[in-house]
Amino acid sequence: MDMNDGLGRVIGLAMAGKSPWGGGKKPEGEPEVPSTGDDPVQPGKPAADTPADDKPKRKGPRNPWLPVGDEPRRSASIEDIFKHRGPEGPRRTIGGGGGPGFRLPERPGGKSWFPLAIGAIVAVWLGFSMIHQVGPKEEGVVTTFGKYSRTLTPGLNVTFPWPIQNVDIEQVSEFRIEQIPEGTAQKLMLTGDQNLVDLSYIVRWSIKDLKQFRFELADPEATLRDVAEAAMRASVATKQLDDVLSGAGRADIEGSVLTRMQAILDAYQSGIAVQGVQIRKTDPPKEVEEAFKDVSAAQQDADAEINKAELYAQQVLARAQGDAASFDKIYAQYKLAPEVTRRRLYYETMERVLRNNDKTVIEAQGVTPYLPLQEVRKRPAQNEGAQ
Amino acid sequence: METFFETHRNSLIAIAVAIVAALSTMVVVPETEEAVIIQAGRPDRVANRFKPDVPYGETGAGIVMRIPFYERVERIDKRVLNVDMEPQTVLSTDQLRLNVDAYARYRIIDPVRMVQTAGTLATVDSQLSAVLSSVVRQELGRRSFASLLTAERGTTMANIRTKLDAQARKYGAQVIDVRIKRADLPDGSPLESAFRRMQSARKQEADTLRAQGLKNAQIIRAEAEAQAAKIYADAYGKDPEFYDFYRAMQSYDTTFAPDSKSGSSIILSPDNEYLKQFRGRR
Repeated sequence: MDMNDGLGRVIGLAMAGKSPWGGGKKPEGEPEVPSTGDDPVQPGKPAADTPADDKPKRKGPRNPWLPVGDEPRRSASIEDIFKHRGPEGPRRTIGGGGGPGFRLPERPGGKSWFPLAIGAIVAVWLGFSMIHQVGPKEEGVVTTFGKYSRTLTPGLNVTFPWPIQNVDIEQVSEFRIEQIPEGTAQKLMLTGDQNLVDLSYIVRWSIKDLKQFRFELADPEATLRDVAEAAMRASVATKQLDDVLSGAGRADIEGSVLTRMQAILDAYQSGIAVQGVQIRKTDPPKEVEEAFKDVSAAQQDADAEINKAELYAQQVLARAQGDAASFDKIYAQYKLAPEVTRRRLYYETMERVLRNNDKTVIEAQGVTPYLPLQEVRKRPAQNEGAQ
Repeated sequence: METFFETHRNSLIAIAVAIVAALSTMVVVPETEEAVIIQAGRPDRVANRFKPDVPYGETGAGIVMRIPFYERVERIDKRVLNVDMEPQTVLSTDQLRLNVDAYARYRIIDPVRMVQTAGTLATVDSQLSAVLSSVVRQELGRRSFASLLTAERGTTMANIRTKLDAQARKYGAQVIDVRIKRADLPDGSPLESAFRRMQSARKQEADTLRAQGLKNAQIIRAEAEAQAAKIYADAYGKDPEFYDFYRAMQSYDTTFAPDSKSGSSIILSPDNEYLKQFRGRR
């Protein structure tokens, strides 16, 4: 940590434009060159050229790497340039490394920072690549120079650092879900009776052997999808359309797809356990949806027709039973006194009938009387008027 | 002060040289790869060759030594690889078309041969893909449309696998499995006619349902009427003569009902039974 603090301080000072390592640490015998001087002094080479003389040479943008001031760079030897760029020069804080003059800052104790920096990097590297936390649903495969060594179980595990050992942690017991087809696009499958059905389904799976899952298949997920697709179409092709659309057929298909998939994946040594196959929807293709709807409409129509007939049947029967019952009641009375009952019924009926109708009694026998036809016809006329 | 590099220059150079030497002699072969070591252009040995029953960790994966510059290492995927066929239109024996999409899974079991014959996996892949297409077309073209749908069953897929495997062996590959991924009706007229067929089948079903409904309704009505007739017969059969009288009375009531719209006039003869007392004869 102290090293980090030290670095932070160094950087902070550099940003402030000051020399972070103060005076006294400079190489001896060299004058201090201010980092922001208007008139830098080059030892052994006093500023001889006047600005006026210099101007024609500097028309373009100023070369930032030239020493500050008007002094042309080539006037000093390479050794001089390096020498005079002491630790305080601008390149020290920006530029990075290389060159014989490169020097790291010193710690307060007078030692180099370098071993500490390397040590810190190594510590971080070791920490990250040696200690592995494996979660409750996870397993990890350890490979030593690419060779399988062991499988890590949940908990804190220690391995050799990268690149000696590499650890690949993967969720194993958690069920993963593969939805086929992705999205809501129509996916038509041919059924055994050469009809088409729009079918979508979900495969739930987990890893049962992480080694196999990692090492056996080039692309396990794609393999799973291919296998699911092949198994599903093979199963659907053995079924009739109506079975596919109905619930019982679906359960059959789900079961057989699961069995088929697991058999194929085991044959590939994929390390995949298929946990379940669920058909999400089985619909008729949208091109023929109307015809399918018409079938259910027809079923409704037929049911409605039958309901009407049943209502009629109830009415007819009830009427028959009512009529029969009332006849029975009267008949029972009739049996007790046949002639009287008969008479009574006759007169009562005649009363009702004749009371409400116009009556004409023709007295003389054998004589055709004058019939008051106008009177007779008046009634129908009145009735029509009343309507 | 002397820098770290200046102090340890010689040892640092020695370490760097050692690392470079190690890197150029050692090759890491992971579990998922086989490596063919090629000596001046000639395959010399194989590291981590595929063997079916050897557990992981003992297959020879790991660090493999080679002589720098003289030996070259060719890495080959050891895993089960996929050949995807371009979807093919297959013409069945009954002249129906079907779009078939199949896949094959294979593995390089003889990497030396693979390096010698194909060079790269991409070559193997494209060549096997072409072979797969033609074999699938050949084998499925011998079948009727109905049996194409269930081509997964039976010997067809085994035949395709055998034929493809024979080709694959030439590249040092072994075909593990061939499967039909999808079998679809081609777009356009085959699909349209299938839809039409489905529609007409459903229309037939709908019309049948309606007709059945009408038929059943008719039967229900007839049965009810028959039952009613039986009830009437049972009741009235007890005394047909009285029934005749009783029903006549009812009938008069109904026919001459006061609310009947056509009011009626009745002309009675004095001989009428109703008027017999009218005359005071008795």
